[in-house]
Amino acid sequence: MQKYSIFNLVKNAFSGHQNWDLAWKDPTPKKEYDVVIIGGGGHGLATAYYLAKEHNITNVAIIEKGWIGGGNVGRNTTIIRSNYMHDDNGLFSEFGMDLWRKMSQDLNYNVMFSPRGIINLAHSDAQMNVYARRGNSMRLNGIDAELLNREQVKEIIPMADFSDNVRFPIFGGLMQPSAGTARHDAVAWGYARQADSMGVDIIQNCEVTGFDINNGKINGVRTSRGDIKVKKIGLCVAGSTNILAEKLNMTLPIETHLLQACVSEPVKPVLDRVVTFGAGHFYISQSDKGEMVMGGDLDGYNSYAQRGNLPTLQHVLTEGIAMMPFLSKLKMLRTWGGIMDMSMDGSPIIDKTHIDGLYLNCGWCYGGFKATPASGWTFAHTIAQDRVHKLNAGYSLNRFNTGHLLDEKGLGTKTWIS
Amino acid sequence: MLYIKCPHCGMRPQTEFSYGGDATVKRPELNKEISDHEWDDFVYNRKSLRGKHLELWQHISGCRQWIKVERDTATHEIFKTFKADEEVA
Repeated sequence: MQKYSIFNLVKNAFSGHQNWDLAWKDPTPKKEYDVVIIGGGGHGLATAYYLAKEHNITNVAIIEKGWIGGGNVGRNTTIIRSNYMHDDNGLFSEFGMDLWRKMSQDLNYNVMFSPRGIINLAHSDAQMNVYARRGNSMRLNGIDAELLNREQVKEIIPMADFSDNVRFPIFGGLMQPSAGTARHDAVAWGYARQADSMGVDIIQNCEVTGFDINNGKINGVRTSRGDIKVKKIGLCVAGSTNILAEKLNMTLPIETHLLQACVSEPVKPVLDRVVTFGAGHFYISQSDKGEMVMGGDLDGYNSYAQRGNLPTLQHVLTEGIAMMPFLSKLKMLRTWGGIMDMSMDGSPIIDKTHIDGLYLNCGWCYGGFKATPASGWTFAHTIAQDRVHKLNAGYSLNRFNTGHLLDEKGLGTKTWIS
Repeated sequence: MLYIKCPHCGMRPQTEFSYGGDATVKRPELNKEISDHEWDDFVYNRKSLRGKHLELWQHISGCRQWIKVERDTATHEIFKTFKADEEVA
């Protein structure tokens, strides 16, 4: 594989950049693989990469119905953080933060990881207490957290509404300085390029139509481009999980819901952190191009439409304007919607299943992008070793049966309620 | 904007309603031995169909009645609405 470097950039400049290698090939599916990953999103591509890199399993295919990186990894708000209170979430995410910090070097691909810090705003004394508790839990798990008072927050984000007569005054906030953002498409492309170079077949425009299961064991997968013999399948399809689960006669603790995001017209640098509103659900950051990237609540009903409705957008942006009034002056550049695999406790599932050779990776709710490296790493381990790693032991499928829920937000089973 | 025809009040915008999830889920019968698996299916497991989906909504800013709505989860088209106790064929 051609290494991306300043020298290669200069060298290729002389030939007008016409002779770069393709970043990944477009192979036809083979008859048999050791492992098939269904879903060519961030998590699927990362899983294939770590299967090859950490476990030397390279006879692997990624099967993607559309094109790689065309789903949620290409349509998220790019936020990366590990500010969780529960041990299982915190340790998993912090392991991921380490992978994020090394990712550009590791993949020889600039993912533009920008650890600019995230601030969760608090709007009451009670909320400050809750954040102090969460911050302490984070620090006990080795995650950086700082509790900021009103003046400290004002120094960092003076454009927020600090006037006296507001419905939700800013009391302070909890900051994770090492959190940040990354270039989402580059993450998918970087993983794809490296996985491909180690022998993984990335097969696009290939839909899974069925599974070949014998005596409770995976024997193969049927696709629109022919049948493939395989003993191990990793399911990594986010919002489409229930569609494939139906083909497997499985009913999962997952509902597919619609989440919208939007960006404003580009403006001069104004916000150099990720900020979330504490009296509702709204988050914002500024992209390198200057656009304000914003998101918030789900639309709140089951949907596979990848297209949202305006009432939710209006609701979300009302919160945004309450927090940062200058946003009302900005024109909206574009809005879009994606489908989320909402689990019943708000935490993901990375586990084996009752079918031998079938592995499940789903339930990421709103938080799939930041988990990409850790999810791929632990899922690859689970598939290769046929057992979960201690990092994803808490993300078991049977926790809903045993009562060991990971309800980080304490929302109960209706995680889509806003 | 979705427009939902409340069987009690007529056509109203979605902002008057709150969503209640899959309407086909049935609570296990009272006074019966119930396995963990049955509870699981009732509390957590959902088919989350793509296509025609029967679901509960509450007309929270209207008559406050719970209703059933038959809606396409891929296109958002609403086919039919029912009163909560109406049988759906």
